[in-house]
Amino acid sequence: MKFGILINEGPFTHQASDTAYHFTKAALAAGHDVPRVFFYYDGVNNANKFSAPQADDRNLIKLWGALAAEKNVDLVVCVAAGLRRGITDGTLADGFRISGLGQLVEAGMGCDRLMMFGD
Amino acid sequence: MLHTVNKSPFERNTLDSCLRLSAKGSAILLIEDGVIAAMKGTVQSAKIEGALADHSVFVLGPDLKARGLAEDNVIDGVKVVDYAGFVDLAVEHGAHNAWL
Amino acid sequence: MAEYQFDTEGVKKTFTFMNRKAPYGTVYALEVLETVLISAAFEQHANIVFADDGVYQLKSGHDTTEINMKNFSPTFGIIEMEKEDADEDDDIDMVWRIIVEKESMEARGLTEDDFKVEVEVLSAAELAELIDSSDCVISG
Repeated sequence: MKFGILINEGPFTHQASDTAYHFTKAALAAGHDVPRVFFYYDGVNNANKFSAPQADDRNLIKLWGALAAEKNVDLVVCVAAGLRRGITDGTLADGFRISGLGQLVEAGMGCDRLMMFGD
Repeated sequence: MLHTVNKSPFERNTLDSCLRLSAKGSAILLIEDGVIAAMKGTVQSAKIEGALADHSVFVLGPDLKARGLAEDNVIDGVKVVDYAGFVDLAVEHGAHNAWL
Repeated sequence: MAEYQFDTEGVKKTFTFMNRKAPYGTVYALEVLETVLISAAFEQHANIVFADDGVYQLKSGHDTTEINMKNFSPTFGIIEMEKEDADEDDDIDMVWRIIVEKESMEARGLTEDDFKVEVEVLSAAELAELIDSSDCVISG
């Protein structure tokens, strides 16, 4: 089954991105496909390469990037939501790309399930 | 449909809205702070106890554990699942509706 | 991170956009409307649902001058126009519905006359069935 994932919150204030990450890992482990994760609202902050969490905490920015590289997950940051929050090509972490909101609608159309994680 | 609720019923009306606007027979999974609704013996317990008549109700084990909430204190009839179980629920129950 | 190519040719789904939050206190209401408008480009069916404090998004008379925030209320006019185009043009295979939950509206002492656009008012039970029948749910 194909899962599209929508993440509406950043990597620290809310648990949303953590839950989405664990869900995505579990879906892939069960043999499902997760072709696209879309980052919207403050979720775009998951792609900030200048984020530097303390050493004893998880780094979701790196975890998402590593998952994308390993499992070929398309990590898409909404361009308009990103611009508002300073996430542009210059601040974008490895593994992410910036594109339009149409890519979210497309994930909803093209996946068997669209899973949403937010506040 | 699989509904997820991620807010404590002590803090927000999210669970109430989910229960009011979810069709009979749909599944409800309590995640994140939403797991608090799954606990026995609170002034909020009646909501999930009542929901069991029309819905299958699940709670995410890792979120219980993180909050020091014992599975033994989960309301009878609510099933504890892990992330793999969350994925299975999404497969079985159709579209996902996250009550945010 | 190669771009994934979805085959969406001929795909027609029903999206439900759930709006449960009051306007301006958070950004959700504004940004979800952008998604609603984008879905029109893909000719997807949409239930644009207002429940709980989301009904205040539709209230007429928003004036944000003194809080210096963007008044997104005019966007509802655009959504209503898209809906009317879809209703009237046989070549557009797209059904849009703007729905308010009766219980939420009444609990807040509001009536249909308070809203900026024309809405369908559904009971919680009717709305539950409608949400249940949608393919994708996106919350703002």
